[in-house]
Amino acid sequence: MTGAIGNSRPRPGALQGVRVVELARDPIAFAGKLLGDMGADVILVEPPGGDPARRYPPFADDEPGEDRSLYWWHYHTSKRGVVIDLDDEAGRDRFRALIATADVLLEAEPRQRLETLGIDYDDLQSIRSDLVHVAVTPYGRADPKSDLPFTDLTLMAAGGPPWSCGYDDHSLPPVRGPLQGFHIACHFAVMSTLTALLHRAISGTGQFIDVSMTAAGNVTTEGASYNWLIARNTVQRQTGRHASVNPSVETQQLCADGRYANTGVGPRQAKGFAALDKWLKELGLFAELPEAVFLELGAQHEGPLDISKIGEDDEITAIFGASRAALRLIASKLSAQEFFVGCQRAGLTAGAVNAPEEAFEDEHFKSHGFQVPVFHEDLGRDVVYPGAPIRLPECPWAISRRAPKLGEHDDEVFAELALQVDGGR
Amino acid sequence: MADALSSFRICDFTGILAGAGATKWLAGFGAEVIRIEDPVNEGRWDILRGRQPWVDERRGINLGGAFNNHNVGKLGITLNLRTEKAREILERLVAVSDVVTENFSKGVMERWGFGYERLKAIKPDIIYVSNCGFGHTGPYSEFKSFGPVVQAISGLTFTSGLPDQPPAGWGYSYMDHTGAYYHAMAILLALIHRHRTGEGQWVDLSCTDAALTLHGPALLDWTVNGRPTRREGRPHANRNFWPPMAPHGIYPSQGDDDWVAIACRNQDDWERLCDVVDEDWCRDPQFADAPSRHASQDGLDEHLSAWTAERTKFAIQALLRDAGVPVSAVLKPGERIDVDPSTGAFGLWPTVTHPEIGEIRVDGQPVHFSETDWHYERSGPCLGEHNEQVLTELLGFTSEEVASFQEEGVL
Ligand SMILES: CC(C)(COP(=O)(O)OP(=O)(O)OC[C@H]1O[C@@H](n2cnc3c(N)ncnc32)[C@H](O)[C@@H]1OP(=O)(O)O)[C@@H](O)C(=O)NCCC(=O)NCCS
Repeated sequence: MTGAIGNSRPRPGALQGVRVVELARDPIAFAGKLLGDMGADVILVEPPGGDPARRYPPFADDEPGEDRSLYWWHYHTSKRGVVIDLDDEAGRDRFRALIATADVLLEAEPRQRLETLGIDYDDLQSIRSDLVHVAVTPYGRADPKSDLPFTDLTLMAAGGPPWSCGYDDHSLPPVRGPLQGFHIACHFAVMSTLTALLHRAISGTGQFIDVSMTAAGNVTTEGASYNWLIARNTVQRQTGRHASVNPSVETQQLCADGRYANTGVGPRQAKGFAALDKWLKELGLFAELPEAVFLELGAQHEGPLDISKIGEDDEITAIFGASRAALRLIASKLSAQEFFVGCQRAGLTAGAVNAPEEAFEDEHFKSHGFQVPVFHEDLGRDVVYPGAPIRLPECPWAISRRAPKLGEHDDEVFAELALQVDGGR
Repeated sequence: MADALSSFRICDFTGILAGAGATKWLAGFGAEVIRIEDPVNEGRWDILRGRQPWVDERRGINLGGAFNNHNVGKLGITLNLRTEKAREILERLVAVSDVVTENFSKGVMERWGFGYERLKAIKPDIIYVSNCGFGHTGPYSEFKSFGPVVQAISGLTFTSGLPDQPPAGWGYSYMDHTGAYYHAMAILLALIHRHRTGEGQWVDLSCTDAALTLHGPALLDWTVNGRPTRREGRPHANRNFWPPMAPHGIYPSQGDDDWVAIACRNQDDWERLCDVVDEDWCRDPQFADAPSRHASQDGLDEHLSAWTAERTKFAIQALLRDAGVPVSAVLKPGERIDVDPSTGAFGLWPTVTHPEIGEIRVDGQPVHFSETDWHYERSGPCLGEHNEQVLTELLGFTSEEVASFQEEGVL
């Protein structure tokens, strides 16, 4: 192992000793990264010439070039890279030798490709009987629709998330959260891998796991699915807030600094109305809001205020109306960050709409060690990466190495397999 | 078929979706998940408990459809932890559990006297996974959150939008679903570690940190190139920049709020699209190759929108599928659940039988395991439904004791 590249682990990760063979394909790259950063020995198998994602922008210092893709850097941390030509018999032999040492095969190959090549689960089981084979396809291995061409966008459209996302103005199109179609599928690939590894640790048996990317989207839509399943109702998209069967009030407010805030659900209990009332007065804004007197009424209310009585009960309607107006007024007078912190200090659940880099530079996340320097020996400098999604104190997440160059670990890995490097390229 | 996780017991204080979704996954694979609710307010800390959607005109604490959806496969007990007796019962339950997990705000468990040190004293190899939204350390640790707040703070609301518009954000709690996925991963990783070393641990999950890892290369573009995502012309969420694709978007079609997603990955896709569309603009030199199409994407989208607007989304989908171009109608809930045969064929919407609601369909899991597949037969628990079963069979109390706990307001 060339341990000098990247960071050394303070302690072994949770997946220490687990070998994952990943057949390089864009949709599953994130799953391999998650497993690698959790401590698995991920061996990324690329075809001769390399995976196309090596050439995706953005590029380091905006200079396109070999090993300069930030997309590649991001999605392939903590992996070793080898080149194997699966279309060639010698390459397949080498792949089988690798599988003989593997715990997990992670792949998103076209539905019938591995079977045609004689290296699908049934074939590989005779080489590694307790293999966990995770296959990720658009609609699952059994569905011919998996053979259709797709991108993150078309998977999302078919899976359901965009229907719920967009604007009150329905002449504007539904909106896709970029990258998340692949990410959702990767989350299920990882949960499946971990579940199967735990089962294998107890029972000694491996298995084949069929992950459907569109099904993953379908069960990641919250109310859109269950409102239909339960009541055959269709939610409608709304700007910056939950799609809903009946229109709901706006929760997104432009702040004094030109950024937006999410005003959240607002107070429900007397304590919350009292805090809002106090804050409004402290800011000298009480006089600007005639209905603010209803906040005092809310502050005197006994027990939780029943939000479902809005529209039925005049007093409750007025109290909730006043709290929404007060939150919007305050937001319009403060920066988004001041509004967020002020609300939360008053016990009200609200947020600032940050751009990703604004969150990344925020002291809160920095204090978690979220900014992680990784040494790139080829550039002679540290590059700062986003950090851990999960911090496990006894078996920490870590980026153990930068993304591999094409075939960077051929010698090392094939030597481990006691094979000759010129054998099956 | 065997269950993958049947040897594990989860003492489960989680709820709503960010927590409940995690233990739903574990329950589907056979873990014994015992969900604990507060009898005093009928479990309403979970804002989905006893709330719409409803199956019919009936209303009631056990009839909430969303609660049922997120809690299938779990047992449910009530414990009023304001009482000493309930704390004793909890102590017994912790002693026979592998995992204790919750998504309260910071300090709730500590105030009951069940912080990690105490849990560890009761059961030395206990795994404790908490998600208080922002994590238990740092300036925001006391702050409370729901999905939309996590999405706003982490940048996911911002990146989901169109230029010159406010953020569209996510029309649902994407980070409650996804927080639950990371919560499940945390539990599974800690169980794997315990299996190897015998060691438990406290995983202080911060759903917002997890959200901040979902920006792909955008943060490297910031740290390496100094390029912010808050800039002119961005976000442009329906376009693709990594790698560049053009055309790439969600286009209007005939019908009631009907839309279709089309993506050309490369020159071949573009030529196949042109064969189908076959209008003059397809041959305009400004669209001849990928870089020029990318440079004139606004104009390109206008032409393509005019073409799509004259057809139905399913007609466009059929034409472009035949041609081999990536395409999908933007499916409405009813279309993907009951019209598209794929989800039903995959078994994605299992039916459970709820003691009060009756038969009801729920979200399944988008995976199948050849040896130990998930399954849901049991509905979400009614409030305190398994008090008697769990306290007598598992914790060794007598039925008489359980009855008196009930009377004394312990359960
Ligand atoms: C969701 C959230 C905003 C709700 O806020 P909240 O209603 O004020 O609830 P908290 O978690 O702060 O507190 C729960 C209260 O219920 C009480 N409670 C819960 N179960 C109880 C039981 N079985 N017996 C007695 N009391 C109980 C707790 O003691 C606590 O009261 P206390 O503060 O007086 O001790 C908050 O729990 C949170 O931020 N969670 C973390 C992030 C998250 O998961 N959000 C939800 C996404 S779906």
